[in-house]
This record gives sequence, C-alpha cells and structure tokens, in this order.
Amino acid sequence: MRRYISAYFEDEGNLLRAAKDLKENNISIQDVLTPFPVHGLDSILGFKKSLIPTVGFISGAIGTMVAFGFQTWAFTVDYPLFIGGKPHFAIPSFIPITFELTVLFAAFGMVFAFLIRSKLGPGAKKTIHDERITDDHFVIIVDLDESGSQDGKVKDILSKEEAQDIKVKEIEL
Amino acid sequence: MANNYTFTRKTQYWIMSIVGIGILLLIVGYFINTPSRQELWTNILINNLFFLFIALFGGVFQALHKIAYSGWHTALQRIPEALTSFLPIAAALMFLLYFGMHDLYHWSHEGLHDPILEGKAAYLNIPFFFIRMAVYFLGWIGLTYLLRKNSLQQDTISDLRYYRRGKFLAAIFMVFFALSSSAMSWDWIMSIDGHWFSTLFGWFVFIGLFEIGIATIILMISFLKIKGYLEFINKEHIHDMGKYLFAFSIFWMYLWFSQYLLIWYSHIPEETAYFAPRLHDFTILFFTILVLNFVIPFFGLMTRNSKRNLKWLTVMAIVVLCGQWLNIYMLVIPGTIGKTAQIGVVEIGFVCLYLGGFLYVVFSSLAKAPLLSKNDPLLEESFHYET
Repeated sequence: MRRYISAYFEDEGNLLRAAKDLKENNISIQDVLTPFPVHGLDSILGFKKSLIPTVGFISGAIGTMVAFGFQTWAFTVDYPLFIGGKPHFAIPSFIPITFELTVLFAAFGMVFAFLIRSKLGPGAKKTIHDERITDDHFVIIVDLDESGSQDGKVKDILSKEEAQDIKVKEIEL
Repeated sequence: MANNYTFTRKTQYWIMSIVGIGILLLIVGYFINTPSRQELWTNILINNLFFLFIALFGGVFQALHKIAYSGWHTALQRIPEALTSFLPIAAALMFLLYFGMHDLYHWSHEGLHDPILEGKAAYLNIPFFFIRMAVYFLGWIGLTYLLRKNSLQQDTISDLRYYRRGKFLAAIFMVFFALSSSAMSWDWIMSIDGHWFSTLFGWFVFIGLFEIGIATIILMISFLKIKGYLEFINKEHIHDMGKYLFAFSIFWMYLWFSQYLLIWYSHIPEETAYFAPRLHDFTILFFTILVLNFVIPFFGLMTRNSKRNLKWLTVMAIVVLCGQWLNIYMLVIPGTIGKTAQIGVVEIGFVCLYLGGFLYVVFSSLAKAPLLSKNDPLLEESFHYET
C-alpha cells in the first residue's frame, strides 16, 4: 500500500514557499504539477541540470554535417552542374541550407529526446492527476509512510501556505 | 558598501597613463614612419565612430528596455546613463571631420565629372552632410540628457510621473535613433565607397553598435564589481548580458553573411567592387573579424554556465570589442587608404588616446550619481528575477 498527500494551491508564490518549507523539514516531495513553468521551482526541488541543451548541440552538429556533406557530395560528385558561373564546391551558397538544417535537426532532436524521455507522444496514455492542474491550480504531492507519523507535520506546513484542498489518498499496489 | 562610485586618484592615474602611452606611441609613430594626412584622418574617423557607438548605445539600452516594460535592467541603469555623457565630446570630435573631409570622402571633391556621384550630389554635399550631423547629435544629446535628468529627478521624488516621462522620452529616442542610425551609417561609413550601396548596411552597423555597447557594459560591471561596488547585480543580470552578447554576435554574422551572399551570388561588378579589395588585400583581417565576432563568442558563450561566469564573460567582451574595432577599421580603410594600410604604432596610439579620454569622461559622470537609482517602480523586480 502506498499513501500520499496532495495539496492544491491557487498561487505559485504559496507553492514555492510550501515546497521550500517541506525541503527544509527534510520531507521529500514526490512530484509538483503546475499548469505552466514556475521560475525558481527547479532549484528548490534540487533537480539536476537538464541534458536537453547537450542533445540540442549534438543533433544540431549532426544536422550541420549532414547538410554540408550532402550538398558537397551532390554538387561535386553525384551531379555536378554549372549554376550561375559558380564553382561546383561553392561554400557560401551551401551556408543557408546548412544553417536551416542545423536548426531543424537541433529542434527535432530536442523535441524527440524530450518525448522519449518523458514517455510522451501520439497515442501515449497519460492519466491526469486532477483536471485543475491543467487550468489554474498548482499541486504538491508528498509520499507518506504507512504508519502516518508524518501526516500532521506535512499537513501543517501545507495548510500554513493556504493550500486550498488537502487530500490523503491510499492506493493498493 | 558605499552607494556612490568614487573616482579614486589611483584610477585617474591609470587613465592618465593610458592617455600618456597613447601620446607617447603617437610621437614614436611620428618619428618611425610619419603618417600622412589621410592616415591621421582615417584613424580619427575610426575611433570617433567606435567611441561614439559606445556612448550612443547607452541611450539605446535605456530606451529599449524602458519601452519594452523591462524590469531587470533598472538596477544597472546608471552605467548606460554614464556612457551617454561622452556624446557631446563625440559630437565635437565628429565635427572636426570638417577639416579632413577631402582626405576621407571622395565625393567631397569638386569637379569630379563622375556621373554616379553627380547623381547623388543632392544628398552627398558638404553643407548638407554637416546639417545632418548637427541634427543627429542634437537629437541624441538632447534626448539622452533628458533621460538622465529624469532619472536623477526620480531619485529625489517618489512619483510615477518620472517613470511615465522616461517611457515617453525613450519612445521618442527609439524612433529618432532608428532613423538617424541608418542615415548616420550611410553618411559616415557607406559614403566612403561612394559608388557602392547596400540596403542592409544601416542594420549591420547598428548590430555592431549593439555588440560594442553590450561588451562595454559588461566590462564596466566587471570593473565595478572588482572594485567592490554593484553588490546588487547578481548572476541573473550577468546571465542576461551574456545572452545579449551571444545572441547579437549571431545576428551580426547573419547580417554580415546576408550582405555577402547576395553580392557574391549576383556577381555584379558595381557590387563586388566593395568586397574584392577587402577579401584580396586584407585576407587575414577579413577572416579574423569573422572569428573574433562570431566563432569565438558563439562557441564560448553557448552554455548556460559560461554566460553566468563574469570572468569568462569579461574575456569574451574584450574579444568582441577587438573584433568590432577591427570591423569598423575594415569598413573604413579599404575605401580611404587602400591596400597599404596596416595597424601599427599610430593606430594603437590613437586607440589609447581615445580610450583614456572616454574612460575619464564616463567615470567622472558615473561618480556624480548613486550607482543604484531609487524610486523606480520596477526596481524591486530587478532584484528578484530569474532568467
């Protein structure tokens, strides 16, 4: 059996303070659900730095090489044509396409890396914790131990920050 | 920590020694290889433009953020305000060009029998050139003076009136600057190569101005931080300045390349006449500028941590400043001196001379007002924001 408590906030300021209080009392937060990115939440929850920028750089670099390599091969080896009296290997005219493909690869790389990492995508089944988090409410979810010794303390902290709705739920595993 | 910057004797001494080195180098240069009149005037023009751009960017920075309702910049507002104090001197130095017109601008000669330049004579003639120059400087100096005055008044009286007036002045400055910065770049730089023209030249020069200004503000923050001021400027402000430097170095390259690609591709003699001497007579410099202004800042400032590290950002700002100075050099030199030009003692001497004067004016102005403006409604936001 797993027990958890979920608290709903109407304001992100309250959410941030509550999360901070919980951390200071060494209570680990299971998850925080928000309708939009909240500044400062990452550092409070102690998230590790995202690897998405690195993925973006690598896939962008692949895009650069693919675009430049393909154009070089196509225009010099496979099908050399004279266009506008320019040399076959005309670097300046390759640059716009190289640039565009770099951006495209970087963007696609990051989007797909994100989708795979968070198990999202077309057809993925995701349960929404509560309809309100898609609108104007913020939720903190804290795991509780089975004995219920922490319940009071957690509830105190959450209600101090004007949590609108505090629920304790139990699910059978 | 003190809220006012004190312009210490030691700093003054250092600035004076920069000026001294400049004068010394000029004297040495005079004896080694006496510069011609043309070389002297091109040096004056290049440094006039470079330091004018820094001063002008002070106004742009304030205006840009004011009309965009930005809050983060309010804590460091006094630095761009101080930069604009150099504008009157830049104006005086610019008007000095009256004596060097014939050495710089081919169109200023009489009896050229050049059909292209005769066709442009209605715009490119000496009286109108200086009338335009006077109009630009009147607008810039007037508006930046009013912005500065408004900000200082806001310190004494807490009233939203000053905030609104600042916004109003900023909007006027922005419109005036948008028109005048393009026209200025045609007048002072593009007209050197009288036959050639490019429609995006104004933007290109403006982005150069932006890079120079951002790099200078970063160096000022760095200097003041080392001296123990500006404790309210945190990593987030530094991060934003780094983003500016990074983003506009890409944009600079974008415009540079847009101009180059079209000229290279269409291959029309009137247009390639601009790039041919730059590429063939100054090949090393030509590519050095691209490396300094794009390649190094692009890879150097790519990661988040590098933008938040003030020491590293300072290094990048110095690289970009060198690159942008060389860029202005490259805009001016091939049309005036030509392939015999080289960067030697005289060039460095002039830079030192101007740099010393510029720093003296800016730091004296910075010392006159508290480093942190008061009563700005967005000031609190500037302390607690996160990028």
